[in-house]
Amino acid sequence: MTMPLIGSDALSYAEALPPDWPGSFWAHIFFWVILLILFITVIVLLFTWLERRWLGRLQIRPGPNRAGPFGLLQPIADVFKLLLKEDIVPDKADKWVHWLAPVVALAPALLVFAVIPFQDGALLADLNIGILFILAVSSMVVIGVFMAGWGSSNKYSLLGAMRTIAQEISYEIPLVLSIVGVIIISGTLSLNEMVKAQQDVAFIFVQPLGFIIYITAALAEVARTPFDLIEADSELVAGFHTEYSGMKFALFFLVEYAETLAVAAIATTLFLGGWQGPFLPPWMWFIIKLFAVFMFIIWVRGTLPRLRIDQVMGFAWKFLLPLALINVVITGVEVLAWPDAPLLALGIINLVVAAVLVLLMSKLFKLGGGRVPV
Amino acid sequence: MFPFERYGKGIAKGMAVTFKHFGRKWITTQYPEQKLNMSRRIRGTDIIWVRETCIACQACARACPVGAIEMQVSRGEDKKLKVDFMSIDFSLCIFCGLCIEPCPPGNAIYMSHNYERTTYRCTDISAGHEDITPSDKRCNELIVVGDDLEMAEGKRKSAYGRPDEYEKLPRQTLLLEQIQYLDDMRKKWG
Repeated sequence: MTMPLIGSDALSYAEALPPDWPGSFWAHIFFWVILLILFITVIVLLFTWLERRWLGRLQIRPGPNRAGPFGLLQPIADVFKLLLKEDIVPDKADKWVHWLAPVVALAPALLVFAVIPFQDGALLADLNIGILFILAVSSMVVIGVFMAGWGSSNKYSLLGAMRTIAQEISYEIPLVLSIVGVIIISGTLSLNEMVKAQQDVAFIFVQPLGFIIYITAALAEVARTPFDLIEADSELVAGFHTEYSGMKFALFFLVEYAETLAVAAIATTLFLGGWQGPFLPPWMWFIIKLFAVFMFIIWVRGTLPRLRIDQVMGFAWKFLLPLALINVVITGVEVLAWPDAPLLALGIINLVVAAVLVLLMSKLFKLGGGRVPV
Repeated sequence: MFPFERYGKGIAKGMAVTFKHFGRKWITTQYPEQKLNMSRRIRGTDIIWVRETCIACQACARACPVGAIEMQVSRGEDKKLKVDFMSIDFSLCIFCGLCIEPCPPGNAIYMSHNYERTTYRCTDISAGHEDITPSDKRCNELIVVGDDLEMAEGKRKSAYGRPDEYEKLPRQTLLLEQIQYLDDMRKKWG
């Protein structure tokens, strides 16, 4: 029997499934769970390699180039190193919490992929509240992180975890509000439907401000470099995973990259047109866009220095949040006042509005209660 | 006059700079394949001893502040001093050059231009060298004896204290690839 999901038919997976597929529901679940776990593992391995190579090139050095051709075997060597290392649990640690934390952090990072469409209808569960599910689930990573910080009974771990919570909860709000604009335009919460709504124009052109806010908040959400002060290695030893080694550290490492992968996947699906694209098969377009977003994230990492904690918080509450709110209001008004508007026209209006708003907000944005010019 | 300053211009500039770096040749040295030329007056991690000109006066062994040089001499048939045993322990040597300076003929012991002295393993020996330093653990592989100290293929004398050696050595490069990179850029843009 051929796999229906790779075919170019526009049939959804459930429709394409032959009625005599053995135990079709569970077979579908089983197949997709295995596929997603494999996909995430392989892509995370590729990401660790790509991050180090690409970051190296941005900093005029080659990056890892000893293990295998172009250092491609480096992630495998790293994995073996992490698996073979001793698993150390601190004497005073809260053993159960310490042990559970990586698992609690990993599960939501993997769950996000259940609703990401790789192709038309090719996804684990086409929930009609897909994006809501993602937002609800991805916030739970913070719990795992705080469990790690608390369970280690180490001040650096706890400080790192506290910073994580402060930062991730703050950035959750502009993140959600930036997505609301897309929801208003597409009129659906299902990710597959959203991708279908981007048949002609990707939403990055319709919601430029939303994309900027999303990608900034997402960088903070996954603690990538301009906002990586939750594991600032020059201040806190390694943040919340200071006391982790071996397999558990490997899990946290996986969480970090799986989250980045999830963020890239969401950005791809919501703003870059998901699997839509000419010539190539749709799943390939999806992966290409995924890597493009990830490379952009590394490019930012290779360029920008780490912010201070007050700058981070101020940026979320005083800059991104008002912009996101205004964006939602403007998008809503546009959709109400001009329901049949071509997306590109909305995009041009939004682009002008975005430029004006960013300029205006940059003038209004002050840190330190207006006393300290920064 | 544009009244706005902090609207992300700096970020865009920075991103452009790092993006331009992408196509560049890297400036780091790929060590085992590429090696930098050290300063011509480097006190390299090797010492070259010349048996023919050595007069077995033991001045170098006495000058050594850490006692790394061990030399045993005896008088031969012709009443001349000759060296029976010469060894330098490079795990003790601090490469200060004090053994070079007192040498009466001035051409029997040299610092070297080589700077690689690494071994894959370190077997411990204790015999004959106890209590010289707090640690009597020594690396057997780093003790060089007799003929191995002499000039050989690949060894070069350092110009340290020997201006006559200066011209024979290659010019120092600090960042080999960067020089190559600058040359490439000159070719590219004239």
